[in-house]
Amino acid sequence: MSAVQTSSPTPDGMRRRGPLTEVFFSLLRSRTFLVGFAIVLFWVACALFGEHFAPYDPLADDIINALAPPSSEHWFGTDQIGRDVFSRVIVGSRDILTVAPLATLLATVAGTALGLVTGYFRGLVDDVVSRILEAFMAIPVVIVALLAIVALGTSKTTVIVVIGLSFAPIIARTVRSAVLAERELDYVAAAQLRHESALHTMFVEILPNVIPPILVETTVRLGYAIFAVATLSFMGFGIQPPSPDWGLSISNNYGMIGGGFWWTVLFDALAIASLVIGVNLAADGVHGALND
Amino acid sequence: MVFLGGQVLPGNVGRAILGPFADQRAVDALNHTLGVDRPLLTQYWSWISNFVQGDMGTSYIFRSPVAPFVIDALGNSMKLAAVAFVLVVPIGILGGVVAALNLNRPLDRIISLGGLSVTVLPEFVTGIILILIFGVWLRWLPISAAWPRDAGFFTQLYYLILPSLPLFLVLFGYIARMARSGMIEALDSDYTRTAVLKGLPWRTVIWRHVLRNALLPTITVIATQTGYLIGGLVVIETLFRYQGIGSLIFTAARGKDFPMLESGILTIGIVYAVATLVADFLYSVLNPRIRLGSDQ
Repeated sequence: MSAVQTSSPTPDGMRRRGPLTEVFFSLLRSRTFLVGFAIVLFWVACALFGEHFAPYDPLADDIINALAPPSSEHWFGTDQIGRDVFSRVIVGSRDILTVAPLATLLATVAGTALGLVTGYFRGLVDDVVSRILEAFMAIPVVIVALLAIVALGTSKTTVIVVIGLSFAPIIARTVRSAVLAERELDYVAAAQLRHESALHTMFVEILPNVIPPILVETTVRLGYAIFAVATLSFMGFGIQPPSPDWGLSISNNYGMIGGGFWWTVLFDALAIASLVIGVNLAADGVHGALND
Repeated sequence: MVFLGGQVLPGNVGRAILGPFADQRAVDALNHTLGVDRPLLTQYWSWISNFVQGDMGTSYIFRSPVAPFVIDALGNSMKLAAVAFVLVVPIGILGGVVAALNLNRPLDRIISLGGLSVTVLPEFVTGIILILIFGVWLRWLPISAAWPRDAGFFTQLYYLILPSLPLFLVLFGYIARMARSGMIEALDSDYTRTAVLKGLPWRTVIWRHVLRNALLPTITVIATQTGYLIGGLVVIETLFRYQGIGSLIFTAARGKDFPMLESGILTIGIVYAVATLVADFLYSVLNPRIRLGSDQ
């Protein structure tokens, strides 16, 4: 994965030498990536400009037309206080698409720093930090979130911090193993012989060479972050009303599902499904492009 | 290796529990003459030693001992998890094996892509869609997991099918993918080529040589999914209004019922540690190359 790796003179290793543009072009050739990216782009557009093309105000109630089934007037029907489901689904992408990427960013920054430190210093630092990280990884995110939210109260910040910190150890593990391989290479030894500081060696010398695995891990984590944010919102511990968030809408409406009001939950569920699958397809494409 | 799994876990559950404790003391130290104003360590110690003796404390909400609630809920959750596991393990492995044997053919693509897609979906999303299809439109299965009183084994099973399906879907992808890659690796190996070249029938090669080696990593994956399963149970039990350990924790967290919450989470920690231990043990039984005690 590094630019100076000489141990594998395979055509595989040759292609990795290409600059970032090469990766970019192989991404454009990847059908998986393009489909995934298109789906994500669609939802990002909805998040940014949704209000302008949504037919109704997603928060405006209209109690007389409550629980109306899908019609030409309300394409996806209306919910229990008469809000237009179609408009809510479109604008509902906004909160999840703010919270999940921020959480992923936090996880990536914290995880990369931890991975670099544990991989570079090894020894006692590595042992202690790695054990602590493993302990964290053993607890399911939902449980951590439950505890944190009981302790800290519900807010978008709590959700971002909880998901970011729960995912950081996983990214740290990936970065650590990449750094372990990288630090044996000559350019690291050269930097050490020049008496560069440990910080400089880690962040200026090694970091650029471990970007590919970090990139892959980040895109994969984004998918899981969306999974986690949606789940927490559904549980009532994530995004709070009156946001038209998908998970939240489902949790508000699924109680009436037995009455046959399927339109109040189906479209939100499909929206989450499409976004998660889109991100994962894109992640798969990135993985393929960086590893071929 | 085995001991690590057992030792790290109770430690981190304890740490997780200290978090809310500290907060609660700050928030309503005055309200609680329940001993919450004692030093944190003392509290923790008396609580943990009581727990070991089977006394889980008194619920703040129900004003009655926590233990019966937790034990009931754990039993219910285990039923649900058991149904999901019994369904997913054989079908997942079968899916992976079939995919690997049809490598890169349409069947493989369908299984791999389908598995991947359903694995990444949140349980409540697949749960909602399944409820709509089987519960609301087709009316084949009940939409809630709360079976009538005195329901027999098969009635309970009938009520558990729908809740276990979302768990099944998430796990199916993981297990099938592991089984598939394990199979591909084993099919590609020297011993498989040797077995084929020495004229063994294909069936024997698959059963005796390939499967045995291919499924070892799969077992580890199945065991590591216990942690996931617990998280999934919280969601599924809420969605289907099922009285399991997940919904117990959820309700306790909402009502700030700390003794209940802590006992629930510690119980989960113990279940998880036991599951990890069993998996390690199973792995060493199945793999003669790793014997217990040889590495310590």
